[in-house]
Amino acid sequence: MIAFLARTRHPGRTDITDWLAWGWATLGTLVVAIPIAWAVISSLKTEAEINSFPPALVPRAAQTITVEGQEKPLSVWIRTAPDGSEQTVALVRRVGLSATVLDPAKPEETFRVPVTELRQLKEFHLQFSNYTEPMKQFDFLRYLWNTVFVTVVATVLTLLLNSMAAFALSKYRFAGRNAMFALILSTMMIPLSVIMVPAFMVIVGLNLADNLWGVILSTVSTPTGVFLLRQYMLTIPDDLIEAARVDAASEFRIYWRIVLPLCAPALAVLAIFSVIWRWNDFLWPLIVLSSPENYTLQIGLSSLQGQFNVQWHYILAMTVVTLLPVTVVFIFLQKYITEGVASSGVK
Amino acid sequence: MSAPASVAPPAVIRGERLGDGLDAAMRVVEVPMAALQRLLGAARMPYVFILPNMVLFTIFVFVPVGLAIAYAFTGGTNLLIWDRPYVGLENFRALLDCGSYLEPSTCRYNLFWTAVHNTWWYTLLNTLGTLFFALVTALVLNRLTRGRGFFRAVFFYPVLLSPVVVGLIWQWFLAREGLLNGFLTDWFDTRIIFLLDVGWSRVWVVYVSIWFHMGFFMLIILAGLQAIPRDIYEAAEIDGTSQWRQFWCLTLPLLMPNLLVVTVLLLIRSVQVFDEAWVLTNGGGPGTANTFIVQFIYQTAFSPDLRLYGLASAASVLMGIALLALTLSQLWLAKKAQV
Repeated sequence: MIAFLARTRHPGRTDITDWLAWGWATLGTLVVAIPIAWAVISSLKTEAEINSFPPALVPRAAQTITVEGQEKPLSVWIRTAPDGSEQTVALVRRVGLSATVLDPAKPEETFRVPVTELRQLKEFHLQFSNYTEPMKQFDFLRYLWNTVFVTVVATVLTLLLNSMAAFALSKYRFAGRNAMFALILSTMMIPLSVIMVPAFMVIVGLNLADNLWGVILSTVSTPTGVFLLRQYMLTIPDDLIEAARVDAASEFRIYWRIVLPLCAPALAVLAIFSVIWRWNDFLWPLIVLSSPENYTLQIGLSSLQGQFNVQWHYILAMTVVTLLPVTVVFIFLQKYITEGVASSGVK
Repeated sequence: MSAPASVAPPAVIRGERLGDGLDAAMRVVEVPMAALQRLLGAARMPYVFILPNMVLFTIFVFVPVGLAIAYAFTGGTNLLIWDRPYVGLENFRALLDCGSYLEPSTCRYNLFWTAVHNTWWYTLLNTLGTLFFALVTALVLNRLTRGRGFFRAVFFYPVLLSPVVVGLIWQWFLAREGLLNGFLTDWFDTRIIFLLDVGWSRVWVVYVSIWFHMGFFMLIILAGLQAIPRDIYEAAEIDGTSQWRQFWCLTLPLLMPNLLVVTVLLLIRSVQVFDEAWVLTNGGGPGTANTFIVQFIYQTAFSPDLRLYGLASAASVLMGIALLALTLSQLWLAKKAQV
């Protein structure tokens, strides 16, 4: 009976709309993946390759050869002679439209050919120094450390303070409870972009301007976090808490030893969000931080791009490093993140 | 701890496993808190729990909201409020001083009105575009029987990237030497410097925003779609209703409350556009073609040669009023959707 119903509802043939759906999903995947893949590929190219046009789809570098009697390794070219014969040559120097080359087999004889007869030989090459050089040339490690510091400290404080507030709001009755909950929720309606000028004045007043703590402290209490944890704590039975009180546990001990461990799933979701929020934060650190040694990754990255001589091979490598942690977190915790967003509507 | 131990084994097992060292560390916090409880009484402890949060909210949200309004009525370039002269409605008057609101060049602060115009167009196109792509993608994913989890993850992934990363990735993609120009040269023998062209740069700012945020709204719509009971469709199928009609007469009306909330959420987000557009266009360029309201506020307040905190706050207050109206309508819609 069930098999019969199933057969009539799904006739077994693939509908045109199924093909359209697959087409859309596949095309969309390409649209998402190509720009990111292009950045990753480009981040492994040499400086010369990254500035050459049209761009190559794979990272390559000039093939070189060490020739006796020449100080530096020479680049390898294919010469097409006017009679159509091809010959592998090494380029010694190039002046205008003519080039001095030699045959690697006879290194003592150099001869001149027009550059139009030459075609460079390139080989597959991954330029990993794009990733290591910025560590030396710029304060990249400093930015990385600052970001990790802000992310870790802010997340720990967020979990602690928000869960304390959520515990008070979900497990006690006290005068002003609903008003405080409403006040906390109302902060969702006040975006940073509206209060950035006075918020910066507060930071200056607290002597926290250009200080990582100025970035951290203003972001640790989140209405989203309080709300998420409060809803979860409401599901913890009060009997548990009553039983602990009978055993003369202090209120803080009840929070710390009973409620907090039971909230682990909700805390994990909030921790994931908090890490991603703090790692990606841009506008607020941009306002608070002014000296390069305090920059976070995001600010450092955007300031490098604004410089006169844009070194894309380094910028792209640092971009990849910046998106890597979020990507790893997402690959492993994808299910929790998408479900958390879908159920609570927060980002 | 004996009574809760029987009900809540995870807490106890964890406590045992982590060992005595952590136990001692935890006691370091517990002892002063227990002393505090003896001092205040158990009834006052919830206030202790909520206090740190409220203090931070007060310092970093409630006080600034009050200050934003106060700032808007002061002039000068001093940051601290007590050094600033009261100027009444002068900042608002300056911002709203316009020959014609449709023509930014006739306004005293034409940059503000340019920003308002840019934001308006961006909001319109971004909201419609994101809504369209998020809806279609959600419908597609809802239909797929296999691979749904994978595609959902793929479409959501950009949401988690930082605005700076997104701006840089796309700037590189659209660059003079970028991949897109590589293809254009191959196929059409032409090259376009997209981000230095007024029209193209605006198109790409909207496109990149859709690319960036679409997954978030898709997820919300998908959750709405999956909440529609299956048997309605089964009944429609038995009646021989075509798929097209099913969509227009069943899916869309049932999804409407969800879509309305998404739309208002999109409007609220779009009005605040800044980060990724700023990075993508190198600070709102070419010229002022992609300068938006938040950028105007940021520059007016924080560029070293301006520091017009009062004017910036007045602009923030105006934007805040618009956002408040949108937020209240969202709450109203969300409430209506639940009934």
